[in-house]
Amino acid sequence: MATTGISAETTPDHPELRRPAPLGLRLLAGAIGLAVLLPLVYLLIRAGETGHRFWDIATREETLRVLWNSVVLTVLVTASSTLIGVVLAWLTVRTDLPGRTTWAVITCLPLVLPSYVGAFALIGAFSSNGLLAPLFALAGFERPPRLYGLPGAWLTLTLFSYPYVMLTVRSGLRCLDPALADAARSLGHPPWRIARDITWPHLKPSVQAGSLLVALYTLSDFGAVSMLQFNSFTRAIFVYYRTSFDRSAPAVLALMLVALTLMILWVEARTRGSAKLYRAGVGAIRPAPRVALHAWRYPALLGCTLITLLGLVLPLAVIAFWLLQGWTAGEPLWRGWSMVVHSVQAGLWAAGITVAAALPVAWLAVRFPGRTARLTEKAAYAGHALPSIMIALSLVFWAARYAPALYQSFALLIFAYACRFLPEALGSVRASLGTVSPRLEEAGRNLGRGPWSVLASITLPLLRPGLLTGFALVFLTTMKELPLTLLLAPTGFDTLATRIWSATEDALYAQAAAPALVLVAVSGIFVGMILNQEEQDDVYE
Amino acid sequence: MKRVLSRPWLPATLLAAGLSLLTAIGMKADEGRLVVYCGRGEELIRPLIERFEQETGIDVSIRYAGTAELAATLLEEGAHSPADVFFAQDAGALGALHRHGALAPLPTDLIERVPPRFRSPDGTWVGVSGRARVLVYNPQRITEAELPATLDALTGPAWKGRIGWAPENASFQSFVTALRIQRGDAAALAWLKGIQANEPHPYAKNSAIVAAVAAGEIDAGLVNHYYLYGARRTNPNINARNHYFPEPGAGSLVNVAGVGLLKTSRRTAEAERFIHYLLDHRAQTYFAHETAEYPLIADVSLPPDLKPLDTIATPDLDLNQLEDLEGTLSLIRQAGIF
Repeated sequence: MATTGISAETTPDHPELRRPAPLGLRLLAGAIGLAVLLPLVYLLIRAGETGHRFWDIATREETLRVLWNSVVLTVLVTASSTLIGVVLAWLTVRTDLPGRTTWAVITCLPLVLPSYVGAFALIGAFSSNGLLAPLFALAGFERPPRLYGLPGAWLTLTLFSYPYVMLTVRSGLRCLDPALADAARSLGHPPWRIARDITWPHLKPSVQAGSLLVALYTLSDFGAVSMLQFNSFTRAIFVYYRTSFDRSAPAVLALMLVALTLMILWVEARTRGSAKLYRAGVGAIRPAPRVALHAWRYPALLGCTLITLLGLVLPLAVIAFWLLQGWTAGEPLWRGWSMVVHSVQAGLWAAGITVAAALPVAWLAVRFPGRTARLTEKAAYAGHALPSIMIALSLVFWAARYAPALYQSFALLIFAYACRFLPEALGSVRASLGTVSPRLEEAGRNLGRGPWSVLASITLPLLRPGLLTGFALVFLTTMKELPLTLLLAPTGFDTLATRIWSATEDALYAQAAAPALVLVAVSGIFVGMILNQEEQDDVYE
Repeated sequence: MKRVLSRPWLPATLLAAGLSLLTAIGMKADEGRLVVYCGRGEELIRPLIERFEQETGIDVSIRYAGTAELAATLLEEGAHSPADVFFAQDAGALGALHRHGALAPLPTDLIERVPPRFRSPDGTWVGVSGRARVLVYNPQRITEAELPATLDALTGPAWKGRIGWAPENASFQSFVTALRIQRGDAAALAWLKGIQANEPHPYAKNSAIVAAVAAGEIDAGLVNHYYLYGARRTNPNINARNHYFPEPGAGSLVNVAGVGLLKTSRRTAEAERFIHYLLDHRAQTYFAHETAEYPLIADVSLPPDLKPLDTIATPDLDLNQLEDLEGTLSLIRQAGIF
């Protein structure tokens, strides 16, 4: 039965219930771990070619300088995105904020904008004759502040990555069992103690999962930092590719990113703790009572509006302006629906496969913590801070050499997406699984159900919030993915993202506009469906 | 689980996804087609490809991505590359592939259509169109009298905070390499440091510099000449003009976009026909008039507002000398730009 102390103490499992992980599960998770190690092995091969230059490249003054720049940016973006993400998740799940579901859909959409498009739009809006110039003039500024450098990169990456936290924390909040807080309240604990001792420990895994994704995304992003002239580590990697066509020096830098990621993971694991935090009751959880905001609803609405204005309305306004400009100039604005079909096709497949792959890994990590589990999980995350181009090149290397029949096929493309985005699904599935007590599964087994039947009838339904969140995150990020799609997709497999890229590359912004708007619309419909699904769950239960 | 399946949209999406996989698996059908990796923009190249397909009956599979990314991809594919032709944005990428032994020699009659300085001496790649380095400027901020006569003028105090450049860009790197050959490393480093001391604004792309000049964000920028013409397509009255440095030298370097035939090609006849097509009179006229680039074969007319190639004070060197990008990169680092 459930085992949560009011103060979330560590509750060791009964020794007699500790079983080794089933061999099948270990093999499955191990195979997934090996698959995601492919890019790292490639990097080791390439970095090894540098020989004695390895340390010279890694310890150069400018290498260390840009590494420091990236660390500073990552800390800042993670802190601000976590704050915004947690507040928005709480507002849209646990309060009576007017239009909660609509706000939830709107505030996750910035995630789908390619970061270079977002950065470009913000630069335009903040320029001396941009959309925001009159506002700043009203406030008495001669011109808007310059966006370039650290402040711009911080603002842009925060605006386009806080949805990682918001989505994972939303699912964390929805897995949270109000019965625990009720029990504490009935024992006379004040609300602040309940928040500190019950809500926070249960929510911490999902906050951490979201923050980790933000941190790794910030480290890997190239689009925004290059637009905003911020000298980050990824920019140094690209300079190697672009200027010397050298593949071994960037591999050295990439390994440094992997090392940095492992350090972040180590810190995250240390703070995660080993407490078992299950729900109190059996079956589905009752929806939590909503907090009445009263007069606080106005600042809350203002905050949501501000975030939406900067992260969504502003970029969309700039894009709509391009569309208008192209329309009046009589440019061709739309090139058929095949790119929409391809984008959705790739997104759904990538999301489905990635969530399916995340499940055994998360299962092993939560239910049978041990060396296999730790290594597999680390392997999945290790490559997540790498710029996509390196994952793409590593799969070019492996597939062109050892699986030519699969090279540049749809199946390989989906495999590449799954390698890239596994951590996005892993974090939320793992956080959800942590709240499902294995006692429920054991009860099911004791009642004569087989393991598959227990999985289907007990665990998966309880995991729904985490699975849906993982699915949504992978879908949204696949929709905007570029380097993997350009290099690994079947020839002619154009997506909305590749079309936006090729148009902006030729500075034909009007032709990028319609695909960009469709990208946001399609993603909006999709996220709306998922969140609506969650709302229906609440009604049923 | 039952509840999951009771929702109508979930099985519907699963079904759609299943069907789509079946169709998508069949999408890897490059057999028998000419495979081109193209680092140039799709919008400008697509009409040419379509015309080539119509006229020759050869089907083309074309993969668009960044030139550097495609060069790295070709190097990773090595002997297993499915590609026949690489159409690169700059000569540097073709040179890199050549150094790795990835390119096959082209027939002499084909490459001899182009002057020697715009092709590889051993005939492994050939330039298709030329692009000149210029200073793009905002005529409302800078009068013609104020325009710098030399590159070095830009290091003077009058230009502090007014210039944009794109130091990550391949065409910028080639320009610095040319400067090193022309003046030596010490002088090139001094010039880089001089500009850097003037607090230039670094941009990710040439087109962003032209847009920033037109918007008055900066007064002038070091770019390739044709980005201005690209920007004019959407905004004919754009507030920007090109200035060619009258001083002969790297400031007016003419670089090329070019093609190479890959050693792995199994369709060399078709590939050569494609390269031949890019170097014929119509395709060259297309580049001159549609992309405002310089045609590289003889007797092709230019748009009236394009300064003719033979009047540009281009440095006396050929593009094959611009190989040492590693040295250029280290110089740019020494100047504190990266």
